[in-house]
Amino acid sequence: MSVALHSRAPAFRETPTGRALGRFLGNRPAVAGFVVLAVLVGTILLGPTLLGLSPNAIDLLALNKPPSAKHWLGTDGVGRDVFARLLEGGRISLSVAIGAVSISLVIGFLMGALAAFGGKLVDAVIMRIVDLAMTLPPIVLLLVLASITGPGIGPTILVIALLSWPILARLARARLLELRERDFVLAARNMGAGTWHLVLRHGLPNTLDVLVVYATLQIANAVLLEAGLSFLGLGVPPPDASWGNMLNGARSVLVLEQFPWQWLTPGAALVVTVMATNFVGDGLRDAFDPRSDIG
Amino acid sequence: MGLYILRRIGMGCVMLVALSMLVFALLRLAPGDPVDAYIDPSAPMSPAELAATRARLGLDQPIPVQYLAWMKQVLAGDLGYSLQRNHEPVARLIAERVGPTLLLMGSGLLVAIVIGVSAGILAGVNRGRVIDVGLSLPAFVGISSPAFLTALVGLFVFSVNLGWAPSGGMRTPGLAPTTGDLLRHLALPALLLSIGHAALIMRYMRASLIEVLNQDYVRTARSKGVRERWVIVKHAVRNALLPVVTLIGSTLGAAVGGAIFIESVFNWPGMGLMLINAVENRDYPVIMASTLVVGACVLAANILTDLAYAVVDPRIKIA
Repeated sequence: MSVALHSRAPAFRETPTGRALGRFLGNRPAVAGFVVLAVLVGTILLGPTLLGLSPNAIDLLALNKPPSAKHWLGTDGVGRDVFARLLEGGRISLSVAIGAVSISLVIGFLMGALAAFGGKLVDAVIMRIVDLAMTLPPIVLLLVLASITGPGIGPTILVIALLSWPILARLARARLLELRERDFVLAARNMGAGTWHLVLRHGLPNTLDVLVVYATLQIANAVLLEAGLSFLGLGVPPPDASWGNMLNGARSVLVLEQFPWQWLTPGAALVVTVMATNFVGDGLRDAFDPRSDIG
Repeated sequence: MGLYILRRIGMGCVMLVALSMLVFALLRLAPGDPVDAYIDPSAPMSPAELAATRARLGLDQPIPVQYLAWMKQVLAGDLGYSLQRNHEPVARLIAERVGPTLLLMGSGLLVAIVIGVSAGILAGVNRGRVIDVGLSLPAFVGISSPAFLTALVGLFVFSVNLGWAPSGGMRTPGLAPTTGDLLRHLALPALLLSIGHAALIMRYMRASLIEVLNQDYVRTARSKGVRERWVIVKHAVRNALLPVVTLIGSTLGAAVGGAIFIESVFNWPGMGLMLINAVENRDYPVIMASTLVVGACVLAANILTDLAYAVVDPRIKIA
């Protein structure tokens, strides 16, 4: 019995990635979060085809109707199907979040590299900017930037990206500073490698793991920021659906009181997504932390 | 110690200057002519007067000179005029709004600290038991819910369905302002504002307490026969509270964000509601001035937290 158990364990534990995978799979909330996310993304991607209802199709015979057999989650004020819009909203909300975090990954890595390799002055300036951006209320900065760009999917992605890079830059800088002194980087440098080569060939691959882990947590954050902006009518504008702008309807007292299915469902979807993403992110962080095997 | 305080304050000043530069840069990035913010609508201007105002404001000067001139004005309390709201001076608008926001945030923070710390202690002491799970699960939901959603659900449940609290505003219109009326209006938004923060504080308190309970000095205290309740209160909690103090300071920025949404949902007449209205109307002087004021307050609060931490924990040194 113990032989069977042991023969499986080493398969996971031979490589650092295998060990990380083993740790991740041993983390129940993280696995649960991953399953929930997988189901959610699957539904968002496949649902519209199976449902066969357009998120913008108007059923004038069903305005503000509660959930029924035809409209599973009811309809909104102009007779659009809430479930179809929920799926469409999920697609847009998640795309905005993933797009924004991808951009902020690039900015964060480049800023971190600039800080690590650009000399003391550049480092000090960038790090003060990062400190400032991490201290200030993110929502205030978000509102200010949004007031300059105006609403729209593109501007929303940009604004969230501009807000999310500082923590990634700090992580990248810390890792790159450490790498800079490693023998293989010194060797490359002595063989005449330029800074670009060092950053992209040696820095990037060795920084990617920590960046990807924190990017996962940033996605949860980005989903919340998008929802907040759209809730205030400054993010994704209608007729496109997003979970935030579906919640925007609840700013009207009538919708809040009389038609709770119109705003409770995107709200629930939002919380479930953010929670699942946070669990996965926490799980990844612990899994990739080499110290977690000791504790 | 003295050196630490000096350096921390110096760093804070650098950040303040950086903040002012950021706000100034955004002000220039914003669409529209900055001179608009200084036109008094009751006295329309001719092109010659406009040019004169421009020269007086130094808008014909190079950018760094403009920045210094702007800083001088800000320090003298001149934050320009609102583009909406009858072109009132922004400084006066902000002065009216600071009180309600401080009241809401202060009470929210107080409730959050009380709930968060006590729930954290309960969960940490009963680690892995039903109480721990029963408290940790709602905390996860609390952390993952945006403030505006908490506000909407709270409004829906307590105000619309149960009718326990008024649905918004700071006072009942038409009634003489009394403390009781104010408290009735304050209770629900402050409680809802505290949820997210309380959840965060609770998780931190729990983790910190669990770590401290594994320390040697706690074992020593137990083995010399100190009563368990006393061990927890005197030895463990006091030490576990230290990192929580820093957390409260460093998450203040996020709490401000939550307050903005709560103010919007509950129509609370504070800085957040003003900022949101200003953003909707593209009222740049108000947007920039509120950003500057809110940012400066958060930075100042951060410095104070760090200093308080240095006083409580003599081991601390600047990084």
